[in-house]
Formats: sequence, C-alpha cells, structure tokens
Amino acid sequence: MISEVIPTLIHSGAVPMDDTWITFDVNSFTQNFWSSTFDGLTFGAIYALVALGYTLVYGVLNLINFAHSEVFITGCYGVFFTLSALNFGPSAPRLAFWAIVGNLVLALIVAIIASALMAVIVERVAYKPLRTRKAPRLAFLITAIGVSFAIQYTIYWWRGPSPEAALTMFRPLAIFDVFGTIVDSQQVVIVIAAIILMIATDQFIRRSTTGRGIRAVAQDPDTATLMGVNKEKIIVTTFMIGGILAGAAALFYVMKIPSGVQYNGGFILGVKAFAAAVLGGIGNVRGALLGGLLIGLIGNYGQVLLGSSQWTDVVAFVVLVLVLIVRPEGILGSSLGKSKA
Amino acid sequence: MSTTEGPTLIPDDAAAQEIAEREAKMRPRKGWFPGLGDKWNALPRQTQWLILIVVVVIAYLLPILNPPLITTEPGNNWQIALAQMSVYALIAVGLNVVVGYAGLLDLGYVAFFALGSYTAAMFTSPDSPYVHIPYLWTLPLAMAVAMFFGVVLGVPTLRLRGDYLAIVTLGFGEIVRILATIIPAMKGQVGFQNVGHPPGTDSAGQPIFLNSNGTPWYWFTLTIIIVVLLAAGNLERSRVGRAWIAIREDEDAAEIMGVPTFKYKVWAFAIGASVGGLSGALFAGQVGFVNNQKFDIATSILFVAAVVLGGTGNKVGAVLGGSLVAYIPLRFTAIAEFKYLIFGVALVIIMIFRPGGLLPARQSLLAYGRLAYNKIKGALGGTPASGKLAVEPGKGAGNE
Repeated sequence: MISEVIPTLIHSGAVPMDDTWITFDVNSFTQNFWSSTFDGLTFGAIYALVALGYTLVYGVLNLINFAHSEVFITGCYGVFFTLSALNFGPSAPRLAFWAIVGNLVLALIVAIIASALMAVIVERVAYKPLRTRKAPRLAFLITAIGVSFAIQYTIYWWRGPSPEAALTMFRPLAIFDVFGTIVDSQQVVIVIAAIILMIATDQFIRRSTTGRGIRAVAQDPDTATLMGVNKEKIIVTTFMIGGILAGAAALFYVMKIPSGVQYNGGFILGVKAFAAAVLGGIGNVRGALLGGLLIGLIGNYGQVLLGSSQWTDVVAFVVLVLVLIVRPEGILGSSLGKSKA
Repeated sequence: MSTTEGPTLIPDDAAAQEIAEREAKMRPRKGWFPGLGDKWNALPRQTQWLILIVVVVIAYLLPILNPPLITTEPGNNWQIALAQMSVYALIAVGLNVVVGYAGLLDLGYVAFFALGSYTAAMFTSPDSPYVHIPYLWTLPLAMAVAMFFGVVLGVPTLRLRGDYLAIVTLGFGEIVRILATIIPAMKGQVGFQNVGHPPGTDSAGQPIFLNSNGTPWYWFTLTIIIVVLLAAGNLERSRVGRAWIAIREDEDAAEIMGVPTFKYKVWAFAIGASVGGLSGALFAGQVGFVNNQKFDIATSILFVAAVVLGGTGNKVGAVLGGSLVAYIPLRFTAIAEFKYLIFGVALVIIMIFRPGGLLPARQSLLAYGRLAYNKIKGALGGTPASGKLAVEPGKGAGNE
C-alpha cells in the first residue's frame, strides 16, 4: 500500500526531491577534524562532570535527578554574579596572571557552594518527603521533572528570558600545535581540571569511608543501614558531591560559552550529560568520564559533518538510543555498588 | 521452591484484619474530594446515566451559556478558550493511557502532538507543495503517523529499564522540534498557514469551521473526547487494561504471572501516541497555523502536569486536568506568564501531598481483590479460608 503511494507521490512531483535537508560535508569534516576533536573533548569534559552528578544519584537512589541540570545552572549564575562583581566584562580583563587565577578560584568556590547548596535543598525539600512516604518510582520521576521546572521558571521570573551578558575570563592563548591545529589554554585548562576532578572523585568513592558508604547504599540500602551506614547522611553527601562537581562544570561552561547563562541553559545540557552517563554505564564513575567525552566528540563531529550546530543534540540522542539497544548497561557496564573496593 | 520459604499462613481473623488495615494505609491518599468515587459507584445505574447525560448536555451548552465568573472574557475569547481546553483535555486523556494506566513516563508526548499537527498542516495547507486531502482524512492519518512513530520509538526503548524511557522520550521530543527547524519541507518558524478544516457552510454561505469561531471546534473535539473516553473505558476494563495496571503496579510480578509486558507496553505507547497525533491535528485545524514554536519540552511537561493534576490513571481526572491546565492561564491572564512555574511547583506538591491528584483513580485491582476476599469469607460463614495466601501489598517478587 505505502510502497505504491510513495512512488506515485514522487512521480507526480508532489514531493520536491531537490530540497535536501541532510548533507554530509566530508570535506569540511576532514579539514576540521582535529579542531573539532579538541573542542569536542572540551565539551565532553564539561558533560562528564555534570554526568557524574546524575550517575552518583542514580547509583544510590535509582532516580534520574532531572533537577541536576538546574543545580548546574545555579552554579553558572554563581559564576556570573561573582565575576560581574569583580568587574569582568565582555572583553578579557587586563589583569596579572595570578589576579585572574585568584578571581577564577573565587568564582569556582561560589559556584560550588551555590550548586551544592541547591542540590541539598532539592534533596531535602522534594525527594526526602517522598522517601519517607515510600512513594512509587514514577512519583520520584515526576517530582524530579517538577522540581527542575520550578527552578527553571523561578530563574525565568527573576532574570527574564534572555541570556545574561557575556563574560570573558581570559583570552585563550595558543599553547601548542597538533597536526596544524592550535590547542589553546582554555581547552587545556578545562580538560585537565575536569580529569583531575574525576580522578579525585573516583578515588574518593573507592578509598574513603564515605565512599565505601556510598557504594554500600548503592548496592543494598537496607543491608547497608543494618551494617551501621547512615543512609540519609550518605544520600545528602551524594547529592552534595554531585553539586560540587556541577559547580566546577559551571565555571568551565561559562568559560567555554560566555553567553550560555540562561534560565533554561542547563536543561538540554543536562539531558545530554545524562545520556553520557548512560552511554558510559550508569552508576559507573569512570563510565561517566568516558561517556561524557564520547558524547562531546560525537556531537561535535556530527555538527561539522552535517553542517549545523542544531545537529549536535540530534546526533547525541540517536547515538544514545543506538547504544541502549546494543548495550543497555552502557559501555563500561558495571554499577556503583559493584565497583571494586 | 522450598516449603520453608513458602507463603505465610494467616491463622485467624485478626491477622486478616491487620493486613486489611495495612493495605488501607498503603493506598494513596484521597484527593480533594474524598469519597466522591465511592458515592458515585454506590448510585444506581440509571441515576449514573441521568447525571452523565446532564453533565454532557451542560458541557455542550458551555460556549453558548458563557457563564459569568467562569468565563475567560474579556481577556480571551471564551469559545476559542473552550476549544483549546478541549484539545488539552484530549491530550491528557491520551497521555493518561501511557502514564496513568501503564505507568510509563513519556516526557516527549509533545512530539506526537507535533507529528499530528504537521500531518494535518502538510496535507491541507496551501503553503505545502504536497498532495492535498480533505481535512477530515488527516485525522486518521495523523493518528496513524503518530502511532507509527510511537511504535518505532517504543520497540527499542520499552525493552529497557523503565526510567530510561523518560530520557529517551525527552530526547525524541527535542529531536522532532529540531528537525522541524532543520528540514526545509517543514518550514521551521515560517510554518504553514490556512490549515484545513472540516467541510460545511452555514445558511449565509460562510464556512462553519472558522479559526475565529471556537464553538464548532469545541463541539467537534468534545464529541471526539467522548468517543475516546468510551474507548478508553472499555480498554481499561478489558484484559489489556488489567495488564496495564499490573505492569504499572509491579512489572516483574506481572511478567511472572504471564502478562506479556513488552507487548502491552508497546500497545499503551502506540495508543497514547495516536491520541496525541489526533489532538495535534485538531489543534492545527483550530488554530489554522503550524510552526515549530509550539512544540518545546516545556509544553510536554505541561501535558504531564495535566495528567498528574487530574489524577494519574483516572480518565475523567485527565479531562479535568487537561482543561484546567489550559484554562488557568487563559482565565487568570495576570499569572499566564508564570504557568510553567505554577505547574512545576504543582507537580512537586501533588506528588508529595496528594499523589492521587484532583480525582484519584480507584485502585481497581485492590478493590477487586477485596471483593473476592469478602465473597469467599461470606461463603465460608464469616471465617476466612485458612491457609489463604498473604500477599504483601506493594512488595513484588522482583523488587530490587
């Protein structure tokens, strides 16, 4: 039936065949391969930091914390207000190297505090009452999306629909040259700082007492409680760690996309970060890093290959669905509870 | 299966009583109108029909009555407001099948709505270069298109863990919106004007279905809602509906009991999607203009809010919730700007304090179970059958 109709439509000229909406610009892709790789890794590092927040909470509570994207955007506003107060503007400030570093560290601290505080508030106000009431899982998910929305539109109400004025933290300096492509200081700072944070988190979860508690609760909350783990404290700590990492990601995000501070700026980034967490294996800290970098790379390659930034999200989601079909547990697979001591 | 780990035996009435009490505690709290459902069910069948007929007649008369205080005028045209409310109500009824019956959180429902709208627009609008067909034909076509995409999206993702569905549907909703921007044939923000409408002219030769006149659209959509409600009610009471509720309550237990969960989840998803497509086509016809601006994630969350507000799993509640979500911003124009904030907060508050919503769904399975239990109890002369299985409510076999 359909196979009869479609050729008729085409032959009658009803479907204009000339407007091709998808073109593969292989030439541009090969030309820009290395620059899009480095850019993709930079974005990927930011996704990975946000993804950790999703993965930890999912590991412990089996909950997609949709509000994590708003935890992240709270950090972005923390960075924005701190740097505005420090007279940063659209053009890079003419300050000494250490003055810039000092200002950025201050912004980082404010962002981390703002994000961690928001994460803990969300947990206490929205999720804890549901846990005490033993609500079904659907209720948690609906609450999560409701919280995300409430925060987004509170910011909308307060700051309006348009993005905040762009801030430039420092002028990116060319550091070295790879295959004829310049790698700048911004990309290096973001990727290295993100990897250091990820390793620190990984080691914290693997080696510290609190980390062991998190793994225990992820594996079996009831047994962990019987063994003397304070489950509530562990849950709050988990949200806090997620918030801290989101705060750090916020600084790098504003560094990379100065005009990205907007009420709904975090939402789609959050969905992609969650996709990254699933891609690497949800609940797996190292998986979040791998997934984040992959989503960053794939999105950027897709964008260059298909010639429009709109394609970034489409490509990232399609890859997510394909990976889920082939490997529902993600690439690295194991969950937070199963990871070795 | 060792005998020592077999089901617990209930020795006496007291234990049965205890279980009944515990069950009562585990049931979600009553909504804002406690006992309404029970009172309704206690009425004789004839009285129920009589009340229903009166309600339906009043619903049909609403655009003519234009009741003071309730009306959205002078801010918004009342008839058009009613038409929009009815479209939202239909959306909520469709989404209720997915979220309420089967317990699948679909955060990209707006995508099916968009598919329906674009189907209607691309086959009727003069701005579109494609084959033109009469508007009424686009309604089943929109349903089929949305259903097709529902199955295409559902088959790979419904096999996964339940909550991955939320994120995949969210992504799907975003993809459809982005594609509407990227694909030239879908005309992005320019969109399609003069989308078709059902045929018919009045005595003056004017078409009955005008974009500026909401009344015929409202009547048309209301009729469709009634048909969909009857169909949904029959589905709910059928084998399919029982399977959905079993899946919602405990998927693993349902699977063990022999319910083909995957099949019924795909069915729920496809049926929900087709109603979404239908409402999209109606919306496109009523507004007469389709572009890519109406189909964002925020709207999708608003749809979920409509279902949750009305009462997850209750089709009448869905109609109420959908109408309210459309009505409140139209009636109280001062707060229209904050509708997303209001409904976001409402979602959280309802989930924490009133998980049943405005009109909570009857826990049908539990109710049937109790009925059967009482019958057995009566047949055995007031004493419960000894050795009755004690199934702990809410604790399924495979709960992790």
